[in-house]
Amino acid sequence: MRHIESIGALLLAVIWISPLVFAFWAAFHTTSDAVNFNLAAPWTLDNFRTAWVGAPWLKYFLNTFLLVTVILIGQFIVTTLAGFAFAQVRFPGRDFVFILVLMQLFILPEVLIVENYAMVSRLGLFDSILGVGMPYMASAFGIFLMRQAFKGVPMELHEAARVEGCGWFGILWRVYVPLARPTYLAYALVSVSTHWNNFLWPLIVTNSPDTRPLTVGLSIFGAPENGVDISVISAATMMSVAPLLIAFLVFQRQFVQAFLRAGIK
Amino acid sequence: MSEHINLEKRRQAIYGWLLLSPAMILLTLFAFYPSIATLWSSLFSRGTRRKPSEFVGGENYADLFADPVFWKVVTNNLIYAAATIPISIAIALAMALWANSKIPARGFVRTAYFTPTVLPMIAAANLWLFFYTPGLGVLDQFFGLFGLPSINWLGQPETALWAVIIVTIWKEAGFFMIFYLAALQTIPEDLKEAADIEGASRWTYTRRIVLPLLMPTTLFIMVNALINSVKLIDHLFILTKGGPNDASKLILYYIWEMAFAFFDAPHAAAMTILVLVVLGVVAGIKFTILDKRTHYQ
Repeated sequence: MRHIESIGALLLAVIWISPLVFAFWAAFHTTSDAVNFNLAAPWTLDNFRTAWVGAPWLKYFLNTFLLVTVILIGQFIVTTLAGFAFAQVRFPGRDFVFILVLMQLFILPEVLIVENYAMVSRLGLFDSILGVGMPYMASAFGIFLMRQAFKGVPMELHEAARVEGCGWFGILWRVYVPLARPTYLAYALVSVSTHWNNFLWPLIVTNSPDTRPLTVGLSIFGAPENGVDISVISAATMMSVAPLLIAFLVFQRQFVQAFLRAGIK
Repeated sequence: MSEHINLEKRRQAIYGWLLLSPAMILLTLFAFYPSIATLWSSLFSRGTRRKPSEFVGGENYADLFADPVFWKVVTNNLIYAAATIPISIAIALAMALWANSKIPARGFVRTAYFTPTVLPMIAAANLWLFFYTPGLGVLDQFFGLFGLPSINWLGQPETALWAVIIVTIWKEAGFFMIFYLAALQTIPEDLKEAADIEGASRWTYTRRIVLPLLMPTTLFIMVNALINSVKLIDHLFILTKGGPNDASKLILYYIWEMAFAFFDAPHAAAMTILVLVVLGVVAGIKFTILDKRTHYQ
């Protein structure tokens, strides 16, 4: 019985990983060798060469990198301030506003694409990295996460810092932010992987190779009308997933922990 | 003295609102105002050069309800949800139970399960395109070994939606597994020992103790999966573009198409409102029923 289960678990693992492994293998082989499963075929880098010259990948990488950075910095600032207000400052109307914020968990940015597009255009941010990032900065989820983290900070530390003469900002910066470091890390990993992978919104807001992130670039590159073959598409796909995939394989434990921590709302 | 307290209270209120203001401004710009604007514009006709837009009340909604494509898309989305949610949850549960038990190569197994989660859906769709291509694709070659005819998985109405569903399940199951894995690790060891002493089989232990204890996690995952069944459409852009004959079109894709391909913002707005209403109901259920029963940490 045990053995059967082990075999089942392994079999499922092999099935689950096989699309990725297969694409990896195909990326290094000629199309005809790839589709004919010619396992003895020689390895080649030609697909990567073709893919690389086919689109401004470096620009796409840079755009994605800038995008996730801009979003993360914005999120850190906005959610830290709001999380602190919700956790430690008492003022009338707080609970009502908190419910308003929580409502955003269900008003998915993905669903509001039409009006958000109009808003981004109105603000003059169409086809800009900031325009792609801005709707995600005040994430209700992030605010909630920070509030939970800040609530766990002992009041004694807060009082002690106050006695030492720290102002509100000083207390936040010297006591709360350092203590919430694990939450920041978890949030950063989830945020980066989400926005590295995001597609629909960047597709709508970006219009040129100067702002387009990897996912949108990849979808244009792989479009059938571009007539590239499957090995080249595999190579392009491997290229664009490599950074995140390598990061994941190196920091696997942290990734899993991050997804977990972030999922516990 | 009381004046001092009042002053302090007022100061707290000012600090509080100052701290909240960046979040509130952004949420107003990109969540609250757009929601209301969407509702508002769903009540107006589409303006053309000759005929400016005018208030039409529920007409856009009536149009949608009379539109067979809309019903096709709703049905597709219901099938999509009804298939992806239970199947990915069941697979996630199996994955977690296995990944939590003593099996060989556990590290590899866990990584293999979770890896699709970190890939962009667009990249996932590219990989699967390779599997689905008629004639050349892996699936066709595999079935060809058994002498089965070539099938155009993405190109025929009967299979297109299912092809999309399979990619979603592949992408989602590993993600849900993580939550089960966490829940499994909170089950106290002595329950297992007690079950062993009582002579309960592993199957009985799983069915009578583990599964009930995992119920709150299952409910939590279900809400997430429900939201995702509206959200996850990226692969449609690569795999089928909603076709053939709208066979694999999902509601969010239809909203996108309506707004950015057909430039029909009012009907897109009406559809958006309907989706928001459904999500609102899900939110209501979550906050009233689930939060009482889901006790995390």
